[in-house]
Order: sequence, then structure tokens, then C-alpha cells
Amino acid sequence: MLAELEGDFRKVVPRVDFCSLRFFHSREEVLSVRQDVPEPIVRNEDMGVMLTVMNKGGMGYAATSDLSVAGLKAAVDQAKLWAGRTEGRSVVDFRKVPMPEPRGEYAGPNGRAWESLGLGQKFELLMTQSKRLKRGEPIVDWAASVWHSDIELLYLTAGGGRVYQQFHLTGPGLRATASAGAEAQTRTFGAGALCQQGGLEVLERFGFKDAAEQVAEEAMQLLAAENCPSGKMDLLLGPDQMVLQIHESIGHPTELDRILGDERNYAGTSFVTLDMLGSYPYGSPLLNVTYDPSRREQLASYGYDDDGLKAEKTYIIRNGILQCAMGATISQARTGLRGVANSRSDTWNRPPIDRMANLNVEAGTSSVEEMISETKRGVYMKTNNSWSIDDSRNKFQFGCEWGRLIEDGKLTRVVKNPNYRGISANFWRNLKRVGNEGTVMVMGTPNCGKGEPNQIMYVAHASPACLFADVDVLGGA
Amino acid sequence: MREAFYKLVDEVTGRLRGAEVLLAGFSGEESDFVRFNKSLVRQAGHVQQRRLTLELIDGNRHVAGMVTLTGEAGEDQGRAARLLEGLREAIRSVPEDPYLLYNTEPRNTEQGKESRLPGSGEMVEAVLGAGRGLDLVGILASGGIYGGFGNSLGQRNWFDTHSFHLDWCFYHAKDKAVKTSYAGFEWDGAGFGRKVAEAKEQLGVLAIEAKTIEPGEYRVYLAPAAMNEVMQTLGWVGFGLKAVRTKTTSLLKMVEEGRTLSEKVTLRENTAEGLAANFFSGGFLKPGAVTLIERGKFGEALASPRSAKEYGVRPNGNEFPESLDMAGGDIAADEVLNKLGTGVYVNRLWYLNYSDRPACRMTGMTRFATFWVEGGRIVAPLNVMRFDETIYRMLGANLVGLTAERDLLPSESTYKERSTSSSRLPGALVERFAFTL
Repeated sequence: MLAELEGDFRKVVPRVDFCSLRFFHSREEVLSVRQDVPEPIVRNEDMGVMLTVMNKGGMGYAATSDLSVAGLKAAVDQAKLWAGRTEGRSVVDFRKVPMPEPRGEYAGPNGRAWESLGLGQKFELLMTQSKRLKRGEPIVDWAASVWHSDIELLYLTAGGGRVYQQFHLTGPGLRATASAGAEAQTRTFGAGALCQQGGLEVLERFGFKDAAEQVAEEAMQLLAAENCPSGKMDLLLGPDQMVLQIHESIGHPTELDRILGDERNYAGTSFVTLDMLGSYPYGSPLLNVTYDPSRREQLASYGYDDDGLKAEKTYIIRNGILQCAMGATISQARTGLRGVANSRSDTWNRPPIDRMANLNVEAGTSSVEEMISETKRGVYMKTNNSWSIDDSRNKFQFGCEWGRLIEDGKLTRVVKNPNYRGISANFWRNLKRVGNEGTVMVMGTPNCGKGEPNQIMYVAHASPACLFADVDVLGGA
Repeated sequence: MREAFYKLVDEVTGRLRGAEVLLAGFSGEESDFVRFNKSLVRQAGHVQQRRLTLELIDGNRHVAGMVTLTGEAGEDQGRAARLLEGLREAIRSVPEDPYLLYNTEPRNTEQGKESRLPGSGEMVEAVLGAGRGLDLVGILASGGIYGGFGNSLGQRNWFDTHSFHLDWCFYHAKDKAVKTSYAGFEWDGAGFGRKVAEAKEQLGVLAIEAKTIEPGEYRVYLAPAAMNEVMQTLGWVGFGLKAVRTKTTSLLKMVEEGRTLSEKVTLRENTAEGLAANFFSGGFLKPGAVTLIERGKFGEALASPRSAKEYGVRPNGNEFPESLDMAGGDIAADEVLNKLGTGVYVNRLWYLNYSDRPACRMTGMTRFATFWVEGGRIVAPLNVMRFDETIYRMLGANLVGLTAERDLLPSESTYKERSTSSSRLPGALVERFAFTL
């Protein structure tokens, strides 16, 4: 089918400065068992193309699920129409954008194929976990789930560019809610962040089969716990909260399209300005952050972005200093700055925009035990459950499912409703210790919302546990 | 599009065997999206998409799948047939579902309007004209939205609407902007001109040096768009029957302890006066209205067919509001500033989330044009502030009043497809509102 599509594209290419076709095909399955009862299966197949035309400085796109020659021709005509309407009134003269003409292939890992386990066996696996989650009377709701997605992308340009890429994504989930009276506490298995590229081996890497009891036990512990205390104290964040911290307060503010103002009406602007690149002290000297497409198992690893730019590891922050913003071909042309291959769209019917992809904090040298032992008064928080930040990505307040006090260098009581707030730049400058490689987890954020029209994209973050000084911590009502 | 969908349902129904039952859903759009930044075009294009969902039921077993359609009848019949075969194969491995529920009393409905939209090119010219000399950023979405339901029992439902939604800001500098929406079914140049003029007037106030206030408790006016953010957060996990019964609702204290809001607060899911389709999953029709909160007391939860079967009630919606309606109060629009006196006029809130869900405590930010008011007069724009408040304080003891006038706020969401949800809300005057950062 793809060979036919390629041939048909060549037939309908108009005489314009640039024309591309991006084919997207995904198959997704979601299975879950709630309270030991299988939930309805979700099976989605999505397939279509986006045609993009750049001509005389304008740019237009058209997306269609009609892959016939007539369908492609109609889409090309629509894209050309919009390119004409935007001539001389676009944010950039698209004649000055050096669109890549790449040729290549990329296939993500798929160690143990999703289909190698039958549907009945997958339900058995989930049923077993579901039964383990009901650990006691206080558990009032519980569920085990797994999702899997196969994606193939074909990118063609009229100039002869051709990139074919395949990905397989998998993510398990566990959830237990403990309740008594008007109080309820929910504990999950990574709050949806435990997802990677690969097949069923992803479940093994995250220890899915052995996690249910702990999830349920911790939900019941939280139900019996007192509220997290308020005040300034040290804060140790586990990787499954660092994911959110990186995402919101480094990832989004360093996306170049936000800095250029494209997102100001929706996802927001950025406190980062172009003159900060290369000199701004974003965090303490311990902070090293990379755009890294090279960890093959990480959710947003790929060979090329959706405008055909080849992906390569790049330091965004080195030794605390902001080096580079995350902008792809078009944003780079608008600014004359270097960037990364992060032009991405969530499906065939949304145009690519700058996205953070894999954005990772590089490992340091401390173990979790060392970080706890040097903390006089603090709290150890795990697993994000609340996120809120201003549109410049500065004033934030985040909450976690699970907290445990650190007193005189030792872990003591479990506390519920742990929240903390701060201002992005100040917060990262108070980074006191960075966990070693042994503390690193490779996780994903499968539901990042951005763009107009809106898009839900999967991005990813690998991070060690990190210790921050003098953070404003607070508990529940 | 409607006839093509109905024919496809007939065709797939003809392929059923034995006691199999088929439920079919359709969603589609033909939309132009034009994105603006700095009064220029960032991205412009056209999206045509059609999706078919089939649910195959055999006894108490069922399985569903979705596939993209092309619009070409032969190709689409093939895709639907392959999907059906895949479902038939999968259904053998699926256990019986004790909570399966679908409508077995066919009721046909049609909701639709002819398009009265002008070409998108004409609207784009008007927008670029309005932004001339200013910094305009935003999006124009325009075109048809389609939805359908059919089943092998003979039920057919159809919904289509042809609308536009221009959602934009005039920016002063940095994060200071006036955000405005203009949406409808017919483009009225004079109406758009009035919206632009109002926004330009507010933009002038943003030129005054911004004020920063210390964290603390303030008297605030939450305009309808700000209230919408509070209601969206409440609607996320507040009103669904499953959330209520599994103790994960953010209104747990209302359900379990009888906590109440102010008697001024009445909330309904008002399908009859909303913009969304009146049919929902399983082929059920929504009631005209469901009272969620009546004079401060928790009313009825929204029950999907699955939750309805599990908990033994009648299905009445999709577990979250799509046409939320809040009763107005007695504050006249031209009295808002006087009643506020000295405090904060909040046009928009942003990025709300729960900081303690069982206590229904929310945190979020002010955004865009927020003003400091003294003696009933706007004196300066305000730098952004974070709040952290429970619904029981905000819309309970600390609620001073609601405006008589309410705004209809169509959703600007375009995730996956253009939304047809909407809210109709008043503004709220609140005292001792807690800003924390």
C-alpha cells in the first residue's frame, strides 16, 4: 500500500516551491480490569495523510483520510489554496526555510511482540493484578490496565525525500483507592508515566507483575496518614515526580515556538527569551539537561522529526547554563538559531509544531540513601497527581500521591496530600544533589496537550531522583 | 454524510450472524484551521476526517473498535467489514460483561442546520484587518461537525452543525493580553467589530504599569470565563456516578457528609439549551436537563450506561457535563465594579488542578487581563497570581453573589476534533479569596 501511495503522491505533486506528504497509521489497544471485572476493549485504528505546500513564501496544509489519487489531488489543491492565501502574510517567508530532503528508515524496539500473548492471556494477567489490588476493606476501587500502540510513519517530499519509521509503545497501569467516610486516597503505578517503546518486555522492565500489593498497601497507608506539614524544607523528588517537574518547568519554557509567541493564546508563553540562550543560569551547576533521541526504549526516540530533520542528542542546559532552545526547522529559520529535531504532530490531521520529545536530566553521583542521610528536615515525594503552572512557566504548584518525612537524616512518617510550590528558575538553582545512574528511571508523558488546533502528544523524560533545598511545602485542607 | 453513514450501518447489519447486535457511531468534521501570531498567519489548512466506531454484542459479550473512513463507499464498506471480522474474532476471548447496557427501544432523532458560514478566506481577511498595527495571536476554526448513531435494531440518530470559533488575544507585552472569543453560526461583521472594539479598549488599560499584590485573602470578581475554568475542573471528576460511588469525586464531602455550597448555586446539565448532540453512548437519549446541584445541595450524578447498570440507575449522560448551566444571581452587569469595591477583577483563570481532591481544594493561576480595582474603578493591571481555594469557601460561605447576566461559552477545544460542548455561566463575586504565590 505504501508503494502505491508513494506513486500516487508523485502523480499529484504540483509545481510549487515545496510539497510533502506525511502518512500516519496507528493501531491502539487498551485493556483493563476494574474490580475484577473486565472493562470493554478499546481498539482504534487511525490512518490518513497530511499534504503540505510551500509556495511564493506562503504555506498551507490539508489532511485527508481519502488515500485515492483523487483524494490526494483534492488535498494538494486545498493546501495550495491556503499557501496562496498566506503569501506575504505569514510569520516567516517560507522560501527562506531550508526544508530537509531526508532519506532513511528507523525502527523502534519491539522485543516481545504484543500479539505474542493472546487476548485471553492478557486478561488473565490483568485479572491476577486486579485481585492482588484488593488488599483490604478500605480499598473501595481498583483497576489494572495496559495499553499498546503500533505506529508507522512515511514522510515524502517532492524533491525525493523519503523516511519510513515504525514505533511500538506500551504502558501498564495499576490504581487503588482507599476510602473511609469523606476521605479518600489513591495510589497508582507511576500515574501513567511508566510507558516506553517496546512490546510486552516493557511490562517486565517496570516490574508490573510484582507491583500490585505495594500500590494497594500504600493507598491504605495514605488513608491513615496525617497531612503533609507546611513550611520551608528540603525536598527529595523521586523520578516519577521529576518527570512532571522537568516537563512543566524546563520542557515547555524552552520550546522555541512558545518563546516565539505561537502558543500565547492557548498553552502559554515562556519566561525564557532569546537573549538568555548561552548565558542564563537556569539551575545550579549540577543541572544537565539533554534532548536525547538516542535511548531507544524511551517513548519519544525517533530517527527523524515530522519535517524530516535528523534527530541528534543535544544539551539544552549544561552545568546549569541554558544552551539552546528546542525548535525545529521552521523555528530555526525564524530565529537564525540552532535547535533540535522536534517538529512533531500527534496524528495525520494536525500540523507539526515544536515539541520537547525526550528531555532528560543527566545522572549525578548521589544515591537516594546519601540524599536522605544529609537531610535534616525534609520530605520525600513520589508520583505526580497534581500539576499547575502559570503561562510563562514560572509560578508552579505540584502535588504528589505519596510523601514521607525525612527527619535528622532518616525516613519517618508517611504523609498524605504532599504539595509544593515555587518559581521555576529559583527552584532549579536550589538543586542540591542529583541522583546517580542507579536512581534513574526512563518514563513517558503520553498526554501532553498543546497547539491550535489542539494536539495530545507523547513525550518522555528520564531522570534520577533529585534533592532541592528550601522549598515551600504544603499539605491538604 | 448522513446518508452514507446510514447506508454503511445497513450494510454492516446485513453481515451480522445469529443473535449478534451491532452499535455504530460516527464522528466527522470538515474544518479550516487558521493560526495567527503577531497579526500574521502561522499555520493554515483544511482537515477532513471521518471515524466509524462499531461495537459488536453477542449475549453479554461485547467488543468495540474504531476505524478511519475515507468517504468512498466501496472502500469504507471494506474497512467496516474488516473491522467487524476483527471484532468477531476478538469477542471469543472476551469474558461476559455484567455491566453491558444499550438502548433496545429505538428512537430516531435528527438535529441539523444548513451552513450559513461564509468562506474562511473572508473571515481570515477580517481577522488580519482587526489585528493590523496590533499583536494578535489565536485561532480561527470553521466548518462542519457531524455525529451519528445507528444500530441493528433500526435506531438512527444524526447531528450536524456548521459553526466558527475565533479565539484570540490582543497582546500588550509579555503575559499581558486581552483574550476574546467570537463564535457562532453566521459571521456578523458588525458583531465582530464590536468585540474588537471592546478588546482594544481593555488593551489600553494594560498599558498602565502593572501592580503586584502580596499573597493573602482578597475580594475578587470571577468573570464568566474565569468561572468556566472552575466549572471545568469540577466537571472533570465531580459529577460522574462512577466517581461518586468509588469515592474519587471531588465533591466527596457533599456526597458523604452533606456539605453544601451557597444556596445561590444551582447547576444543571442543560442538554435542551446546549450545543451538543442529544444522543450518547449505547444509543440512549439525554434528558433535557439533569440537576447536579440544587440551591447548594448535591443533586443527581451523571450516569453512563455502564455505570447505570453497575449501580442500578437510569443512564442520563456521559459522566461529565457537556452543556453545563449555572443559574444567575441578582448582580447587574453594570454594578459589578461597584459591588467589588476594592479587590481583583479576574477575567480568566488558567491551569487549575486539585491540591486536595477530597476537600475539593483547587489551585490555579490568573491569566491575561486581571485588574486591580479600587473604589469601584479599575486602576491597574495585575501581575499573575496563584490561588489555592476550596469550592466550599469559594462558592459557599465566601460567595457574595452571582451576576444576573450569563455568558454562553462554547468550548474552543479541538483535541481530536472540534468540540460541541458549552457552558452558560454567570460571574461570581467572592470575598476572602486566597492568593498564595
